[in-house]
Amino acid sequence: MSEATTTAPHNGAGASGPSKAIVVEHLEKSFGEVKAVRGVDFEVETGEVFGFLGPNGAGKTTTINMCCTLTKPTGGTALVAGHDVVRERDDVRRNIGLVFQETTLDGYMTAEQNLRLHAELYGVQSSLVPARMRQVMEMVGLWERKDSPVRTFSGGMKRRLEIARGLMHSPRVLFLDEPTIGLDPQTRRSIWSYIRTLKESEEITIFMTTHYMDEAEWCDRIAIMDQGVIVALDSPEALKAQVGADRIRIETEDDDAAIASLLERFAIEAVISEGAVTFRIPSGEEFVPRLFAELGVPIRSVSVSRPTLDDVFMSHTGSSIRDVEESGNSDRNKIMMQMMSGGGRR
Amino acid sequence: MSTTADPQLAPSPGAPREVVRVQVPERSMASELRAIKIVWKRELIRYRSDRIRIATTLVQPLLFLFVLGSGLQSLSAASTHGVNLKTFIFPGILCISVMFTAMFSAASIVWDREFGFLREMMVAPVRRSSIVLGKCLGGATVASFQGVIVLCLAGAVHVPYAPTLILGVFVLQVLLAFAITAFGVMVAARITQMQSFMGVMQMVVMPMFFISGALFPVSGLPGWLGVLNRIDPLTYAVDPMRRLVFSHLHVSRIAQRVLDPGVTWWSWHVPAVLEAGIILALGLVMLAVAIWEFSATD
Repeated sequence: MSEATTTAPHNGAGASGPSKAIVVEHLEKSFGEVKAVRGVDFEVETGEVFGFLGPNGAGKTTTINMCCTLTKPTGGTALVAGHDVVRERDDVRRNIGLVFQETTLDGYMTAEQNLRLHAELYGVQSSLVPARMRQVMEMVGLWERKDSPVRTFSGGMKRRLEIARGLMHSPRVLFLDEPTIGLDPQTRRSIWSYIRTLKESEEITIFMTTHYMDEAEWCDRIAIMDQGVIVALDSPEALKAQVGADRIRIETEDDDAAIASLLERFAIEAVISEGAVTFRIPSGEEFVPRLFAELGVPIRSVSVSRPTLDDVFMSHTGSSIRDVEESGNSDRNKIMMQMMSGGGRR
Repeated sequence: MSTTADPQLAPSPGAPREVVRVQVPERSMASELRAIKIVWKRELIRYRSDRIRIATTLVQPLLFLFVLGSGLQSLSAASTHGVNLKTFIFPGILCISVMFTAMFSAASIVWDREFGFLREMMVAPVRRSSIVLGKCLGGATVASFQGVIVLCLAGAVHVPYAPTLILGVFVLQVLLAFAITAFGVMVAARITQMQSFMGVMQMVVMPMFFISGALFPVSGLPGWLGVLNRIDPLTYAVDPMRRLVFSHLHVSRIAQRVLDPGVTWWSWHVPAVLEAGIILALGLVMLAVAIWEFSATD
């Protein structure tokens, strides 16, 4: 009975728009008085790598949890793979793969046993399980370790195995909640190369959250989230173009004199950041010749950099993502207080 | 079975290499059964790989049986009418070894929650009842197996290896193992901390064991203890086991009457079948509560 009906739901999203993997409208979530997510709208195209970027506590995880049926929204709707996350919870679950922030593997079982258990729970056709298992494990480079107990794996290997497991049942949308958190830079890079490979080979939509600015560059489009709302949504390039101004760093013989001179002759406010005089200006490369000609302080070196996503974040929220993260609990409490008193951006 | 899905296997145009595509079927009876089976199997895999647990859960019953049993033999010789004390307490010891193993199986839910694995099972497109049922059946299987190891010691305490005896005791062990696992899972649904869980289980299991008559005959007890004994569910697992054991022993009528009086309700002898039924019914009720609790959580 099941075989005859399987093909229908797989292609069944056609009715509600085949090109949209996720459609979210006015999605809200309150925990008591605290509004964690305050009405977000976005759409994710099929085959896209879509990133949610923002500091811890911005509402990214809550949003992702609502999309993958782990948390019930208190308002709005979300369609994932053509199914409503509340009314068709099981249909959504059949079509999505999940990789959580925390590991959810059974350390006492081998890698293969963990994947086998997943395939059985999801009802994957038994005849295809071995081939599929080999494929996903080879993709993350763990096929040789399939018989090792997972507790002997490093953090990066566990994360790779979780990604492989999330793919075991050929989901149409893969949700990754901070897939690279707590990993060393090399492992982070390799995880990203798997994610890009995936996009090529699996016709899969990837929805992920991250608070690493540099990683968000890998996404096709990103939504920047802060205090429960989306403050910007576009491709990384377009977002950076919006900021416009470049960042110029100069090393001089006398930094104080240089700062004074910049203010006096160009009306530019510069600061000393990481040991160099730093300021922002549109079309920075064209400004460099003027700088040399008119500054009046000997310059040892100049660097001009295009805007980063951190600049984008700052231009939309007024503070850098690192400032928000490092401000610790006292500030988070302040944010909570703001949220509770209803003094929001909307 | 999966031939109709084969066209899905074809590589998509432009794909760099052949991708094995699989599908998740809609929820059906068959998929629920597969889920129950794999959750059950996981308990077995984990039990088999944990030899230390197999060994340590054997220590306690062996202590009771051979140290307590042998040590108190001289004290009790006058009142056991020629029956070895070890033979008398054997059914009770079988029960406690099953109980402890079942308890540890249920405790793994608390670990699973702590290490995140519970989430993997909770988000699967299957019914929560399948997960809980698989877990209870797995715990019951593992605990019964542990019971069988202790049952193998029968010869050492002068209990014959009679097929009807072995079979009967085994069935009772399975029922008890199932009921205790269901109880543990029910408790684990609410208690999320390992220390608290073990505390609660100890607080329940040890009194149950001591009151059940695992170590003493259930007739002629002081009034309060008699009442507690009849309320204790474990009484109804120990008693039929002991009846089975004694029915295969050659002992004097007086020894039979003193040591194996059978459980009575207001002087009515409760039949062994009803006793087994009580254990089963309790197990099913607790299973239902556990399913309800896990279905209610997000």
